[in-house]
Amino acid sequence: MYTYTDFDEAFVRSRVAQFRAQVERRIDGSLTEDEFKPLRLMNGLYLQLHAYMLRVAIPYGTISARQMRQLAFIADTWDKGYGHFTTRQNIQYNWPALKDVPDMLEALADVQMHAIQTSGNTIRNVTSDHFAGAAGDEEADPRPYAELLRQWSTDHPEFQFLPRKFKIAVTGAEADRAVIRSHDIGLQLVEKEGQLGFKVIIGGGLGRTPMIGKVVRDFLPEADLLPYCEAIVHVYNTLGRRDNKYKARIKITVHENGIDTMRELIEARFKEIRPEFTGVDQELLAGIKAQFATPPLRKGDVAAYEAAYQMDPVFRAWADTNLTAHRDADHAIVTISIKAHGKTPGDATSDQMRLMADLAEEYAHGELRISHEQNVILPHVHKGDLPAIHAALKAAGLGTANIGLASDIIACPGMDYCALATARSIPIAQEIATRVDELKIEHEVGELKIKISGCINACGHHHVGHIGILGLDRAGVENYQVTLGGDHTETAAIGTRMGPGFSAEEIVPAIERLMLAYLDLRDAPQETFLQTFRRLGDAPFKAALYPESEARNAA
Amino acid sequence: MPKPFTPKIVTANALIEGDVIYLTNNGEWSRRHEDARLFNDEEAANAALAAAALQAGEIVGAYLADAAQGTKGPQPTHFRERFRATGPSNYAHGKQVEL
Ligand code: HEM
Ligand code: SF4
Repeated sequence: MYTYTDFDEAFVRSRVAQFRAQVERRIDGSLTEDEFKPLRLMNGLYLQLHAYMLRVAIPYGTISARQMRQLAFIADTWDKGYGHFTTRQNIQYNWPALKDVPDMLEALADVQMHAIQTSGNTIRNVTSDHFAGAAGDEEADPRPYAELLRQWSTDHPEFQFLPRKFKIAVTGAEADRAVIRSHDIGLQLVEKEGQLGFKVIIGGGLGRTPMIGKVVRDFLPEADLLPYCEAIVHVYNTLGRRDNKYKARIKITVHENGIDTMRELIEARFKEIRPEFTGVDQELLAGIKAQFATPPLRKGDVAAYEAAYQMDPVFRAWADTNLTAHRDADHAIVTISIKAHGKTPGDATSDQMRLMADLAEEYAHGELRISHEQNVILPHVHKGDLPAIHAALKAAGLGTANIGLASDIIACPGMDYCALATARSIPIAQEIATRVDELKIEHEVGELKIKISGCINACGHHHVGHIGILGLDRAGVENYQVTLGGDHTETAAIGTRMGPGFSAEEIVPAIERLMLAYLDLRDAPQETFLQTFRRLGDAPFKAALYPESEARNAA
Repeated sequence: MPKPFTPKIVTANALIEGDVIYLTNNGEWSRRHEDARLFNDEEAANAALAAAALQAGEIVGAYLADAAQGTKGPQPTHFRERFRATGPSNYAHGKQVEL
């Protein structure tokens, strides 16, 4: 794992000291809120409905056991004993007091973490595949590039006041687990004639105008990464609209100017600045890569795993859903569900954090990952250790076997916390998961991505959910709109809106009807919800959503 | 046509804790919605908001929110303000347990 250089350490410490002084000046009245707000946002501090919220970056989703324990300590000391893991590989604390935030940042700095550039119109936390470095299907580990991008973008003088926020995601595999097509820049490591490089995608985004990113360069040699990204952000910084916040993201710049014009401008700028990158970045990259080396994987007997798989149906169900193939056959990638039925998606208590840290230390080389789907991953686990891990997780309420299934829901904080929300998302997720559990149908239904946002900003990725739910305020009442057919992977698609929204009471039965309709409609158990939707189109699903209007039409 | 004025309260968040607070009849801040002063007059509401906005050392983000007179005092009329007055629905945190 990456450890801070002296430069990183000094930078983060000096930012904490600066912010401490700014908070003091805000509290003693020398700074107005208008002056203070941009400063607090630069340090990840928001004001939500009930309290402040501190957003802490977990760069490319990688975190050590020691860091996880510190997150638990922070939750206990300055918050209410839990944290919320988000779709952008951050953790959010919902109840900090302003005066305590500098201490929280100091505690983060003690374990090489921070909240810098988790807000504001800058380049945000660079996200990545949560299986990076462990998955069997990747060209190379994307995280060293994510770290290089983090170093390049942190405090980059040209890019502190972009037209709008800017998000970059990197993946090493064709199977897209990092949603790269909905980022401002999406990077996929590819190989061409024995050389490593990137497929570069720009202009993806969700929010009120969802767009799937477009390929701007099929193959970018590895060594050109920084100058090319700098060229992209430069062109965006110059061309991006500052007159209208809703048209300020690069997706609109690409949409309005066309990908071909963008490509010409980017390539021209790239030629100009390429010579300035003399290779220092490549030396840096080599050093970073060494820090991401695979931990020494142990050889050994996997009989304990095979025995448990045969004998214990609860273990088997968990193994079938929560394990992913590791590139070493004796190892597995474990996804720990923090989506127990009826609980808040993405929330972990401090005790759960500590348990996961202990398990990582004992069985998984001290390393954990946070996924954009709001779960926690142990990336390198020897199969012989799986029964013990499962037993420990189960005892802590972390043994839910639902990864990729209907109750593995992404939900944004919605109106339970977020000041921008138009409706709640969390209770809808809780109720859907509870209902699915009562019906015991999610294993039968199989792969299904339900994603819920509490407003048009789409932090809950509803546009790319197989079933997307968007909470709105319709004349003072919460109302939920359903989109179907979204896809966040390499076959990315924006979901289609089905029709009028549902009330908070109607939405869960409506989702239930969709699942039951799918079970009737699929041509074989292997055909997933998304495949069935793609084969049959809207009509049969609309009929399931709106049975009354169907009956009326038939009459 | 401008919308007819509906009764309002002045609400904000406390600077240090971030708690939801309401401007009361005697010009202080309370954590209880029912302690809020209900303005039936648009000009008075705007003046109170302008005055509140000057108390930057104590509060953040003051605004006017719709409310209606209830038996114990003003009650929220919109669900957003109802949530602000009680707390999140997924945990027993915030005002629903603290007040
Ligand atoms: C509670 C405080 C939050 C605020 C104020 C906030 C604000 C916003 C806004 C304004 C947008 C729209 C940006 C645009 O279209 O230009 C947005 C998008 C987004 N946010 Fe949040 N958000 C919050 C929480 C979250 C959380 C908890 C997550 C992760 C679970 C998240 C992840 C995202 C993602 C993935 C997008 C869409 C991708 C994009 O187009 O940028 N946000 N957010
Ligand atoms: S989608 Fe809306 S409600 Fe949900 S977190 Fe984002 S801004 Fe808040």
